[in-house]
Amino acid sequence: MIPILEVKNLQKSFGETAVLKDINFSMEEGEAVSVIGSSGSGKTTLLRCLNFLETPDGGSISVNGNALFDAKGPGAKSEAEIRKNRLHFGLVFQNFNLFPQYTALENVCLAPKLASDGSAEAAAAIRKQAEELLDQMGLSDRMGNYPHQLSGGQQQRVAIARALALHPDILCFDEPTSALDPELTGEVLKVIRGLAEQKMTMIIVTHEMAFAHDVSDRVIFMDGGVIVEQGSPADVMEHPKEERTRQFLANYSKA
Amino acid sequence: MFQDVTIALLSGFWETIKLFLLTLVFSLPLGLLISLGAMSRLKVLKAILKFIIWVIRGTPLMLQLLVIYFGPGLILGNNWWGSGDTGRFVAALVAFVINYACYFAEIYRGGIQSIPVGQYEAGAVLGLTKSQTFFKVILLQMIKRIVPPMANEIITLVKDTSLARIISVYELIWAGQSFIKSAGIIWPLFYTGVFYLLFSALLTFLFDLLEKKLDYFH
Repeated sequence: MIPILEVKNLQKSFGETAVLKDINFSMEEGEAVSVIGSSGSGKTTLLRCLNFLETPDGGSISVNGNALFDAKGPGAKSEAEIRKNRLHFGLVFQNFNLFPQYTALENVCLAPKLASDGSAEAAAAIRKQAEELLDQMGLSDRMGNYPHQLSGGQQQRVAIARALALHPDILCFDEPTSALDPELTGEVLKVIRGLAEQKMTMIIVTHEMAFAHDVSDRVIFMDGGVIVEQGSPADVMEHPKEERTRQFLANYSKA
Repeated sequence: MFQDVTIALLSGFWETIKLFLLTLVFSLPLGLLISLGAMSRLKVLKAILKFIIWVIRGTPLMLQLLVIYFGPGLILGNNWWGSGDTGRFVAALVAFVINYACYFAEIYRGGIQSIPVGQYEAGAVLGLTKSQTFFKVILLQMIKRIVPPMANEIITLVKDTSLARIISVYELIWAGQSFIKSAGIIWPLFYTGVFYLLFSALLTFLFDLLEKKLDYFH
């Protein structure tokens, strides 16, 4: 079976600093993979490379067997191609990045509307889908609110609906609860858990260890720009093979 | 007498308003183009625009009016503007448009650069093109942020139009001043101040309205 995502030998440096050194992993459809590791380990850069917010220096990224990026392949891709490739991925940011001048509903509708043929039928379908998504996020009474009228947790759930509206193959979360206080973290994690139950393919960069343990099919531990260890949550988090993984997890059990 | 003066000043004020409005019509979009060019990755374009902004902001507007009006005739031996009232008005308009476009460009640049990079990135990961991201996401947020400095600059323009007087463009100050010679009275010149004040009061009111209108998001 062809993996939905295959990342090979991915490398990225900022100036002299190598942030990603030879990253290799693949994902099956419907899998939820958590990426854990300390700050500066390269987790966020990995997600940014998958979403083409950064251009990798080396390696390849394939979705369903099609190479979206291959450093060895023919030169730079056009902006239109990059834009098309991006749509295989969705990205939920740590700081939500909702568009402040649009309501929750408009935030979810904007990108599909701009991609549509502009017909009234398309607009109606997009609106209906957006309402369903917001409903699924538990925000049916918040659709007409502007971002500044919503709590952080509500904003992040709008951002998740906005990403889902484009039907990405793989949804990426970049520390989705790091900007939230503990009370609001729960409501966002609940939504992500719901998506995992629906077999949405997801990569979740997170510091919520218990959540990662609970919701993931697989956990990847990164350190210093490499994948140190990966496997089932039980293997990686309860019986880590590597000393570095043990050190990292020890900091959490102490807290 | 008061009535005659008022009517004369109103005709001068109409010229002032014309110069003011036409300057805005051209300099607001031109300023946006200049600011986008000055932020572009094309190094040559960027350098040229930065140089122009430096020259325009670094010299008096009065001097720019003189250079633009007399320059073509003196340097190229060809007076583009003709000698009539219309020619002088157009020359003044060109000088004002260039000058204000450069100031507006810097205000736009400040506004654009104050938008968090996350807004661009959110647009990008949602598959928006660069121009869609700019027009659908960035522009309104930028406008909201630049209303106060733009209001300042635009109110300054109302009064700067009086500088057109230096190349004999008929406007409000001229209308007031003409009574010194013709009737030996100076108060019409002071009376022009009332027109400027009332007009800037109107603009202040409109900008406050715009600010309130944009208050629905943060």
